[in-house]
Amino acid sequence: MDNTNQVRQQVANMRRSLFDQGYLDDQFIQLEDLQDDANPKFVEEVVTLYYNDSARLIQNIEQALFNRPIDFGKLDDYMHQFKGSSSSIGAKKVKIECQQFRVYCIAGNADGCSRTFQQIKQEYACLRRKLQTYFQLVSQAGQAESA
Amino acid sequence: MNVSEKTVRGDGTNNSATRNRVSVLVVDDDPTIRTIHKALLSSMGMEVEVASDGQQAVNLHQMGASYNLVFMDMDMPVMDGLQATRKLRAMGIKTMIVGVTSRNFGSDIQDFLQAGLNYCIVKPLTIEKVTPLIGEVIRNM
Repeated sequence: MDNTNQVRQQVANMRRSLFDQGYLDDQFIQLEDLQDDANPKFVEEVVTLYYNDSARLIQNIEQALFNRPIDFGKLDDYMHQFKGSSSSIGAKKVKIECQQFRVYCIAGNADGCSRTFQQIKQEYACLRRKLQTYFQLVSQAGQAESA
Repeated sequence: MNVSEKTVRGDGTNNSATRNRVSVLVVDDDPTIRTIHKALLSSMGMEVEVASDGQQAVNLHQMGASYNLVFMDMDMPVMDGLQATRKLRAMGIKTMIVGVTSRNFGSDIQDFLQAGLNYCIVKPLTIEKVTPLIGEVIRNM
């Protein structure tokens, strides 16, 4: 029972820190609200789906940034899609960087876009690592409870 | 993950509306958003089908499917939300069509509304945003 409480506490702490440090916003809570006994891993599945699908969008953006001349209209469209997808899972820092990217895009600032895109990829990867750790903890908590 | 994307039987049988359940079509090219919206609407007791672009949505209707409510994303490949909405209205589809967008510009939303939407809302769908729409659909059923 002690172990269960300990793991549960770790889960709660990690979850709180993800919000406090600005990695996640309220949209993540909406996903949690949709999780139930019929779909106990809904949040993890949606996050996995997001990372699997958004890899394609990241590639598109990378290619669009590489092309000369840069088609800022297309770049903005890709980033709009990526921002929307990121927002849907509550990826707050990623979303903020996407918004900055679009400002540079509208201004036709290629350097600004490139720099911000590196930032986006960092935040994207960082969130992925943190959520992977979080879901592992959640899984451990579930196993501890049923033991 | 079991995300069922029902197909319409070629015999034109309406496989979507069942008694006392509101049938909804979610049209969005983003699989993450489709999944979330489907789960949200299902949790509210609706029968949900999905389409990944405007052309699919039009095809479903052409094959005889009907819905009480359609949530239509604005920006989609193949056929976007504006074109799909115009086509559905030209086909005589009177279903409530609600545009869903993350775009901020009033002119974009105005264009979308003028394509034939009943309403336009900002992503993401939430229970608070959906409930009044469902209320209106049920009153008109």
